[in-house]
Amino acid sequence: MSNDTVIRIRGARLIDPYQGLEAPDADIRILNGRVLASQEGQQYPEEVIDARGLWVVPRLIDMHVHFREPGQTWKENIETGSQAAAHGGITAVAAMPNTSPVIDSPELVEWEAKRARDLGLVRLYPVGAITVGSEGQELADLYRMQAAGARAFSDDGQPVMSSQMMRAALSYSTTLRTPIINHAEDKSLSRGASVHEGRPAARLGLAGVPETAESAMVWRDVLLAALTGGRLHVAHVSAMDSIDALAWAQHRHLSVTAEATPHHLLLTDEALTAWGYNPVTKVNPPLRPEASRQALVTAVQKGLIGVLASDHAPHHQDDKARPYPDAPFGISGLETILGGLVTALIQPGLMTPMNALKLLTTGPDGVLGLGCQGLAPGQPADLTLIDPGHVWTVDPDCFYSMGRNTPLQGMALTGQARAAMVNGRWVMREGEVLSS
Amino acid sequence: MLDLLQSAQRLKQDLLEAPVKKSAALRGQAFVNLFFEPSTRTKNSFELAGKYLGADVINFQGKGSSVEKGETLYDTALNLEAMGVDLVVVRHQASGVPEDLARYLSVPVVNAGDGFHEHPTQGLLDLMTVWERNPHLDSLHLVIVGDILHSRVARSDLWGFSAMGARVTLVGPPSLLPTALAVPNVSLTTDFDAALADADVVQVLRIQKERQSMAGMPSVEEYRLRWGLTAARAKQLGPSAVILHPGPQNRGVEIDTPVMADPRAHILGQVENGVAVRMAVLDRLMGGDHE
Ligand SMILES: [Zn+2]
Repeated sequence: MSNDTVIRIRGARLIDPYQGLEAPDADIRILNGRVLASQEGQQYPEEVIDARGLWVVPRLIDMHVHFREPGQTWKENIETGSQAAAHGGITAVAAMPNTSPVIDSPELVEWEAKRARDLGLVRLYPVGAITVGSEGQELADLYRMQAAGARAFSDDGQPVMSSQMMRAALSYSTTLRTPIINHAEDKSLSRGASVHEGRPAARLGLAGVPETAESAMVWRDVLLAALTGGRLHVAHVSAMDSIDALAWAQHRHLSVTAEATPHHLLLTDEALTAWGYNPVTKVNPPLRPEASRQALVTAVQKGLIGVLASDHAPHHQDDKARPYPDAPFGISGLETILGGLVTALIQPGLMTPMNALKLLTTGPDGVLGLGCQGLAPGQPADLTLIDPGHVWTVDPDCFYSMGRNTPLQGMALTGQARAAMVNGRWVMREGEVLSS
Repeated sequence: MLDLLQSAQRLKQDLLEAPVKKSAALRGQAFVNLFFEPSTRTKNSFELAGKYLGADVINFQGKGSSVEKGETLYDTALNLEAMGVDLVVVRHQASGVPEDLARYLSVPVVNAGDGFHEHPTQGLLDLMTVWERNPHLDSLHLVIVGDILHSRVARSDLWGFSAMGARVTLVGPPSLLPTALAVPNVSLTTDFDAALADADVVQVLRIQKERQSMAGMPSVEEYRLRWGLTAARAKQLGPSAVILHPGPQNRGVEIDTPVMADPRAHILGQVENGVAVRMAVLDRLMGGDHE
């Protein structure tokens, strides 16, 4: 497209949580990557997009993805991960650092961000490691990584087991603008386990982990956030008692935020009964019983959990073809997160579209300190067109991600992205990803 | 299930107790013992069962390391199938492998024990050992004592006996009992003596010392004191009670040596019935139309 054509999106319902703005019949004009004010750019020719019946939503952020590059590119790479994001209607991601090598230096942070920028399919915010090599021994150079573009720190994949190290990281975060994201899991309680310790696990003879392995560490982290005044973000909450810790933190006005995943909102450990020993259900933290799922939905409704994140963790078919106890943890989630949000929260009437979409916009934006201002004039045009009523069946063979592992396979979801734009350029239209 | 027990009993009378232990029922048929976890007893039992029925047996000892790719495992099985075996017997340390294999292969797969999941022929031989002495399985109270959480034997006994209408009590230290197992007619307790009061059958599981230390168990002396089938405890059992142990035993830990010699203990009978039920299973799956 030439630089002097205006893209005009007409007729969509604008839902812009960044501006707190909702309009039934939006008219959005974009030129040179930016949103135009109403009187601007009228001299240019227009390409008009008829978006009646659709929602237009600014920058959707999935703040927990694994793109596996460098080092594990047989599972995924930054290009296929970016394509998966575009296909799923996600225009910004925060990528976890548990690659090989681990993203624990400013050079690697810069390399990763540049690689994604060159592809131009999704905004990628690097997450740096908390400790060198994510080994839990020495604090990494968080300040220098932040200066290089890291927006958060995490040893995700591994918890920060040492309370002393977690205290140090949270203390240090008070001198930064970035949160410490912990994957809460007491490894001494979860050793050898591959599923939730419940009835389906007992029947299948699979070693289980109790919710306490997560919640004990969430409580520890919250107490350390109180001690240090540090900024804590709790990754993929799944346990009931973790939610109580979040409520306690809110009551104390601590800098504590949290995320939930679509699979924990949609599924329970009964999925094990349905899928048997097929490790598509193997995810960490594991799928929990119905009571916990309901508590999680309630925590999201109440705003105790303000972020929805996919924990997109693609794996190669061969890895997922191993016997259940030996197969790796993880679900490929970028291409189902939007449908998951609509299906779990909006369609059943649990949340308004505006409030639900905050989980993918202002929620993660606030945690990462991005300062996105939505589709206000002059702002970069990152947006997604969503068909909110479209019912579709999850078919991993249609994924752009190299990871085809998802227990949502075969499930009917409501809501799908029709088109996505990053920086004023279409990156996906009608399900097809458009490379630059 | 009753059907299988009856044919096991027939085969036992016709073959195991006969002077010449050879039948032609499965002549020309071949199966493979695919063992990824060492177990001489179960492997030999399947091998003998097959040979008594005239089948050819191939023993395949898999490396069984947990880092081995599943792909390799399934490739191995597919290769064996391509070589023309008619049935695969599999033992693996990971729960679910036999079920997965059955999806990949077109020949029958027999589970010879998978992880903490199941050991169905053990369940059958235990059932048979009790049923031979008392056909009214639905009136019985079975007590299983030991590391229930990590026991595939416990699970198979549990499903087998409860399917036949028996009441089942699972006994063990709290850290070795499942926290959630809501099954009708099955209860969990840590009090062995109370469970023994009206027990008709006691299955004593082998204590695995490595797992025990992992779960934070006290010493073997303390285990024996509270959950061992000691001579004193065996006295609480009635004259027609049946004592079982899947073997191999840690004498003086979960079971005392004098108890093993007790006339109510049928540990060698279990071994014999193991061959009988495996003959019945092989015959059922490979024999087909000879009757
Ligand atoms: Zn994680």
